[in-house]
Amino acid sequence: MLNLLKRLWVIMKSPSSAAMGFILILGFTGGIIFWGGFNMGMEATNSEEFCAGCHAPIVKEIRETIHYSNRSGVRAICSDCHVPHNWTDKIIRKVQASKELVAFAMGTIGTQEKFEARRGYLANREWHRMKENDSAECRNCHEFDFMDFSEQGARSVKQHSTALASGEKTCVDCHKGIAHQLPNMEGIEGW
Amino acid sequence: MKKLLTMIVAGMIALTAAPVWSDDADELLSNNGGVGSLRGLVEISTTNKSEPLKRVPRDVQPIDRNYVQQPPLVPHTTRGYQVNLNANKCLSCHSFKNAGEMGATKISVTHYETRDGTTLSDVSPRRYFCLQCHVTQADAKPLVENTFLPVDSLR
Ligand code: HEC
Ligand code: HEC
Ligand code: HEC
Ligand code: HEC
Repeated sequence: MLNLLKRLWVIMKSPSSAAMGFILILGFTGGIIFWGGFNMGMEATNSEEFCAGCHAPIVKEIRETIHYSNRSGVRAICSDCHVPHNWTDKIIRKVQASKELVAFAMGTIGTQEKFEARRGYLANREWHRMKENDSAECRNCHEFDFMDFSEQGARSVKQHSTALASGEKTCVDCHKGIAHQLPNMEGIEGW
Repeated sequence: MKKLLTMIVAGMIALTAAPVWSDDADELLSNNGGVGSLRGLVEISTTNKSEPLKRVPRDVQPIDRNYVQQPPLVPHTTRGYQVNLNANKCLSCHSFKNAGEMGATKISVTHYETRDGTTLSDVSPRRYFCLQCHVTQADAKPLVENTFLPVDSLR
């Protein structure tokens, strides 16, 4: 045993160029496989089919909205709005999302009725999250700096050039229910 | 003998039934009592070609009203605006509470009245579904001729 380790140590201490290459290649491919697998996992859990597994009613509703079908054919999928693009935030949200697994096991939104009943609570959590990050996910696609007010409708310009420009309000303050059916809005600010 | 009888009966049925299936477009034209339908003079079983959808402008000047009690038209798009048990997107701008901040027209006080004239503290259920009376503006030709003229004071 000791002999074997000594022999290995000798090889490591004075590696022939071939052994060095071998180690490098091993490390390199290992890295690629790990990193690729990790990112593939991240990608797979970002797809609409993945979300549909547990959120079937929502996936059905979204077909009628502007983010599913519009004149330019550009789509926003679930993860565009719900998973942060920034890498660290993304990891944090994914870990947070693991608790959805527990909720799933408990069946908190297992039936249409249970979902309707809990929807207000969930929507509020999502509004709160987007308010905190100043609607960062919306801004990945819609950047205020590049909004052309001469192209927008009069009502849009009125609000965007005032409350939005000053930072007093953020996208979800005014654009609730842009992608989903709304829960009961009684008592929600602005409704 | 029996065979002959069946043939005669069958023949008579065929004869009496004949006018029913020989009904054609001519008859449709002469037999409609002068009433034309919007779908044109075509058999009920024929599917008409659908007209192209009207484009609703995003934001335009409201078209003037023709009579005092007319529900004004909606001068903007309403795509995706939810009006249901849970939410009323129209009222999120047009209610008395929000109209000021959103720079929108307030709903009229008649919207608080029930049909027997009691004024409620909130929008009356019979006025809740906005798009029942207010339609979005689009460049659409009248489907039938209309000779209505507004009273002088509105002209
Ligand atoms: C294993 C099933 C499952 C999958 C897959 C799943 N979810 Fe969920 N999700 C849930 C459950 C259950 C809840 C309800 C949590 C609760 O009741 O607290 C939920 C809640 C949510 C919420 C509400 C906000 C919050 O903080 O709870 C959002 C947003 C959401 N999911 C988005 C997504 C998106 C986007 C995907 C796809 C990338 C996805 N979910 C995939 C089960 C799932
Ligand atoms: C355009 C951005 C956008 C897209 C795309 C989107 N969402 Fe949402 N989602 C929101 C917002 C904003 C809310 C907060 C509630 C609201 O305003 O409707 C929300 C709320 C939710 C909730 C909380 C419950 C509720 O209905 O309010 C769930 C669950 C959810 N989304 C899942 C999904 C899934 C699954 C998809 C993909 C089919 C998806 N979302 C696509 C923006 C989006
Ligand atoms: C993946 C990119 C993407 C994301 C993320 C996204 N959008 Fe959009 N959004 C679009 C596209 C594409 C359109 C349609 C543009 C067109 O063709 O008119 C659109 C249209 C809209 C419209 C116009 C609606 C109408 O009726 O004309 C609003 C409002 C809007 N988005 C708000 C939001 C909000 C709020 C969020 C964040 C919760 C968001 N979007 C996130 C891509 C995105
Ligand atoms: C103070 C309220 C307010 C805020 C904040 C706000 N909007 Fe809007 N937005 C409106 C109104 C009102 C309209 C026009 C009515 C409608 O389409 O619902 C509009 C229209 C739009 C449109 C369609 C523009 C057009 O005329 O073609 C887009 C896209 C949009 N908003 C995106 C956003 C995004 C992205 C944000 C955040 C960066 C945002 N809005 C923040 C009020 C707001």
